[in-house]
Amino acid sequence: MRAGLVAGGAARVFVEALGARRDARRGLALAAPALLWTAAFFLLPSGAIVLWSLFRREGAELVTDPSLDNYRRFLDNDSFRLAMWNSIEVTLLVTVLSVLLAYPLAWAIANRVAPARQRLWLMLAVLPFWTSYVVRSYAWLLVLAPEGVVNRALMALGLAREPLALSFNQGATVTGFVHFFVMLCTLTIYASLVRIDPRLRLAAADLGASGAQTFLRVTLPLSAPGVAAGAFLTFVICIGDYVTPQILGGNTQLLLPQVILLQISRRADIPMAAALSVVVLLLVTAAYLALARWLTTRRA
Amino acid sequence: MPRAILSVALCAVLLLPALPVGAQTINALVWCDHTDAAFLKGFTDKTKIKVNVKDYEGTGTALALLEQSRPGDWDVFVVDSTDVRRVVERKLLAELDAKDFPMADIPEAVRLPEYHSVGGKLYAVPEKFGYNAIAFDRSKLPADKARDISTLWNPASKGKVAIYDYYLPVIGEIAIALGKKPQSLTAADLPAIKEKLKAIRANAALVGDVTTSQTALATGQVAMVAGGGEFLVAGLQAEKPNLDWVLPDVGGIRWQQAIGVFAASKKKKEATAFIQYVLSPEGQARLATSSCYWGVPANSKAALTDRQKKTLRWDEQPKFLARSHPYPSPSESLDKAMQDLWADVLQK
Repeated sequence: MRAGLVAGGAARVFVEALGARRDARRGLALAAPALLWTAAFFLLPSGAIVLWSLFRREGAELVTDPSLDNYRRFLDNDSFRLAMWNSIEVTLLVTVLSVLLAYPLAWAIANRVAPARQRLWLMLAVLPFWTSYVVRSYAWLLVLAPEGVVNRALMALGLAREPLALSFNQGATVTGFVHFFVMLCTLTIYASLVRIDPRLRLAAADLGASGAQTFLRVTLPLSAPGVAAGAFLTFVICIGDYVTPQILGGNTQLLLPQVILLQISRRADIPMAAALSVVVLLLVTAAYLALARWLTTRRA
Repeated sequence: MPRAILSVALCAVLLLPALPVGAQTINALVWCDHTDAAFLKGFTDKTKIKVNVKDYEGTGTALALLEQSRPGDWDVFVVDSTDVRRVVERKLLAELDAKDFPMADIPEAVRLPEYHSVGGKLYAVPEKFGYNAIAFDRSKLPADKARDISTLWNPASKGKVAIYDYYLPVIGEIAIALGKKPQSLTAADLPAIKEKLKAIRANAALVGDVTTSQTALATGQVAMVAGGGEFLVAGLQAEKPNLDWVLPDVGGIRWQQAIGVFAASKKKKEATAFIQYVLSPEGQARLATSSCYWGVPANSKAALTDRQKKTLRWDEQPKFLARSHPYPSPSESLDKAMQDLWADVLQK
């Protein structure tokens, strides 16, 4: 009897193990295209960038003996290091402002707009995505120009005697970026907010929590994954962007992408450009690690 | 089924005129002025050879592209005259026969054998040039002030200056202002150049590429562009007649682009035919007035209209050529030092 039970149990374990293995194989098969895609278009290029960063350009020659010369040059060169700090400053500023502006908008769409109309509002929120990135940057340049809409309005209202320097500075770069990323953050935060079970807020209210307490202790923590996802996407895209600082910043403050292009455009110093790109990758990794706690796929 | 066959047949008939039997193609790596449809059509109509063009900005970008290409992928290369030697050192260009081209019609100052020939062999032919001088808005700045190079660093110009974002011509222009020859610069000259560049930078509202500098000048955000020239304003003459350019009294920098055949090209005959078209009076006129940017044709017999000649200051060219210097042609280490200087000044 006992032997039969043991045999039955072993058979069940065997069948379960077979099933688990089959599930694992099926899962692997389903994930294979995505894994191959990631390997081909992310891991291999990233590995190539790291490898190239260890080479160096000497005149027409590409020296392939691995060395850390490019990283030493990065650490020794003031303008490279300043470009990194400028990039961090601008990106953090853009990320914080985008989240702060996007959150109330997403909250209002999720909680104050009838469900039937939420899709329309979201579509209106992402309308700027429909315009070319370059065109949008030049449009901002015209808005912020000395004879642009903002300066004309300020002068007409008597708030400024002469045109203010609104373009070709960090403020203009941040404005252009924030305009774009508020839309992105609105989408991710909205997605998080609508997944929060409304009964949790009711329960908090029943337990005596005020509106502010409910928001701070229930809504905000549960929407943190959406905030983190929006902030991370903003960080990743912003820190690698070349167009907006080039057009709106007017090169008055070099960021890492501009310094990277400077290495390539005339001197074809791809190894140095690769080393600077690795610095960007490290910054993105740091941002991921900082936000990893909230970048979860768990349901609220 | 019959409908599907009919559709395929119809498509085939529609495509026929676009794919002439025996049509040849060549691939050209070019600056954007060579992508103008009217310019390319002139050659294709005449020879039935189609030109596939890929435009780039900056020789480094082109060299990076070439490093990723297979030998024989490219047939024609349009490159800054100052970089022809670099390209030849990489064994990328084929030797040309001067007899194939109208060299006698190219002004002596533009021929620049020391740039286009290496070891006595011709590798590229000059095709178009212009000036990295001062582009300015006549309604905001009188021409005599624009001709005075010190206006760039005069504190009265604060916020009114844009700097064209390319270190070679701007450093070259400052060298001229300091009484130095752009071709003879050494590392010892850089500190003085850096100080002057910092003074210009302090007055600059922006440092921008062609489009950004052009927009800033056209929208009144700046009154002058250091390193600007006909390539920034000539194409806007009809809409913005107040935009102009001058060569400073102290002299200026001349940009020049040249055209050559790739050593690995398998269609050298067709590539040479294209260069002959580019240097013909008709090709030169079209290239000079390309929609991407204007410039002075290298061939003095270019078929330009009187109006186009006026815009390009055709009659003043001998005087301008005498007062201008080609781009500096620095060694690898000096080039690196110049680039670091540029990045350093831009950051501060």
